[in-house]
Amino acid sequence: MTSTSTAATGRSRVAGGPGAPTPRPWPLLRHSLALAGRSLTKTRRNPGVLLDALILPVLFLVLFVYLFGGAVAGSTQEYLQYLFPGILVLTTVLAGQVATGLHIVVDMKKGVFDRFRSMPVPRTSILLGSVLADAIRYVVAVVVLFGVGYALGFRVETGFGSALAATGLAIGFGFSLSWLTVLVAVLLRDETLVSTVGFLLPFPLVFGTSMAAPAGTMPDWLRAWAEVNPVSHVIEACRGLLLGGPVAGPVAASLAWSAGFLLVFGTLAVVAFRRRV
Amino acid sequence: MRPAFEAEGLVKRYGGTTALDGVDLQARPGTVLGVLGPNGAGKTTAIRILATLLRPDAGRAVVDGVDVLRDPVAARRIVGLTGQYATVDEDLTGTENLVLFGRLLDLTGPDARDRAARLLDRFGLADAAGRRASTYSGGMRRRLDLAASLVGAPRVLFLDEPTTGLDPGKREELWRTIRSLADDGTTVLLTTQYLEEADALADEITVIDQGRVIAHDSPAGLKQHVGGQTVVVRPRDPARTADAADVVRRVTGHPVDRSRGGVVTAPVDDGRAFAGIVRELERAGMDVTELALRLPSLDEAFFTLTGHDAGRTTTTQEDS
Repeated sequence: MTSTSTAATGRSRVAGGPGAPTPRPWPLLRHSLALAGRSLTKTRRNPGVLLDALILPVLFLVLFVYLFGGAVAGSTQEYLQYLFPGILVLTTVLAGQVATGLHIVVDMKKGVFDRFRSMPVPRTSILLGSVLADAIRYVVAVVVLFGVGYALGFRVETGFGSALAATGLAIGFGFSLSWLTVLVAVLLRDETLVSTVGFLLPFPLVFGTSMAAPAGTMPDWLRAWAEVNPVSHVIEACRGLLLGGPVAGPVAASLAWSAGFLLVFGTLAVVAFRRRV
Repeated sequence: MRPAFEAEGLVKRYGGTTALDGVDLQARPGTVLGVLGPNGAGKTTAIRILATLLRPDAGRAVVDGVDVLRDPVAARRIVGLTGQYATVDEDLTGTENLVLFGRLLDLTGPDARDRAARLLDRFGLADAAGRRASTYSGGMRRRLDLAASLVGAPRVLFLDEPTTGLDPGKREELWRTIRSLADDGTTVLLTTQYLEEADALADEITVIDQGRVIAHDSPAGLKQHVGGQTVVVRPRDPARTADAADVVRRVTGHPVDRSRGGVVTAPVDDGRAFAGIVRELERAGMDVTELALRLPSLDEAFFTLTGHDAGRTTTTQEDS
């Protein structure tokens, strides 16, 4: 059995020096895209992970409109118009939180992660690939939400361009905030903890705003929170873009907060990740 | 000749426990180095340091002339790694896995697909290429794993307990593959708890225990080093094992080992003792089914070197 030339697998020259590939430019981008492709394939094979991000916002939309719509706004139809922009932001924030961190933790614990790390791949690509692939979840979630919203009677009162801008703004914010859950994932490295944090975090952030009711009707402490809460700006901006009204201020504030979150949480997550692995 | 890889004085501590306490490893190009030791000996820690996955607290590691600690990125272009657990993505097909690794190794799309197809073919996985790795059997997964570590045509291949959990037939199949890789010029470091495996594959063996190298030699040299020959007697009638033990004890003058049921083994100092045993057994009218003189097995060698059995350590610490 130590005789080797009879190896069943043959002797085709695959291993051993001369075939070794040479480095090519833009490793961060190319490797991130290759890894994003992997994550997308996995999502396609396990579409269940999309469901969390799809069902919850739709559920809230339907519940809120029909349970409280009459009481809060006098009619469910008027309330739907008021509520929808907030649910849009809830959708993108949830889409960025529910699975992102979880996938990273699961990956970090799997053997395939060791293989990535033993290859000449920039560490940051491993994180970026995972986060980039989430894009599909934002898009699917937003499309479904608009579909349900329209079926219930919601109408954009501005124009297609404005609606697109509102969607982009909400997705950008959800994406920036998702780096917080990436950071939590890298630091905690525990599936249960990370999915709990990812699931709970959006609620005080998105509900502690004028999403479901004007801040003026809230007790002082909650109004104070709603006023400093960055999500308020995003909801206001989306409301303006979808229904009309002043947009410049809230849009600028939303963009500033998004950039801030991306910069701070993104940098911290990358640093923590590189240190950890 | 410059060693294909070399580690010097590797030290790694985890809190109060010392996983590696000054380990040296090296291998000539195109050879297989077997790193043999029980669970918790530090084998995996050493391999993870060489594969740039872990930084040592002290020591130096070089692969093909590249310092692993100073230039890990360049080192990663030289080495391939197959860990103890499957290091492929189970949600992807065999082809998708290998193409992804090819892309991450800077192959172009067509090159990556071409190499994936050739490797899958070489490892007998062509028929399963389009199936998800999660549907593969244990043996197929191991082969895919090994194929994955060859996508970059590494000059140095690290295999961490590659046959753990495989049945004997599959294990020998993988052995042949590993041998053929070394014949093609790849240098292999293989960790194992199977003494038989190191004996079958390695050109040289480094035995480590509790983070220290306790021996380094060729398989034959190692066996020679740890003692003389052993006589093995198995009476046809198991009830007469005690009688056989008496004969062997009397002739060799050494205590006998009867830990394996129905078999008597004892060290012998020279060949004449063997002839004496044959005569005495004849005189006692004892029929035997096995009568042999052999070098000590690596199991016995390990016992001699460490003072405890392989696979059983005095610490309960896991190899991490």
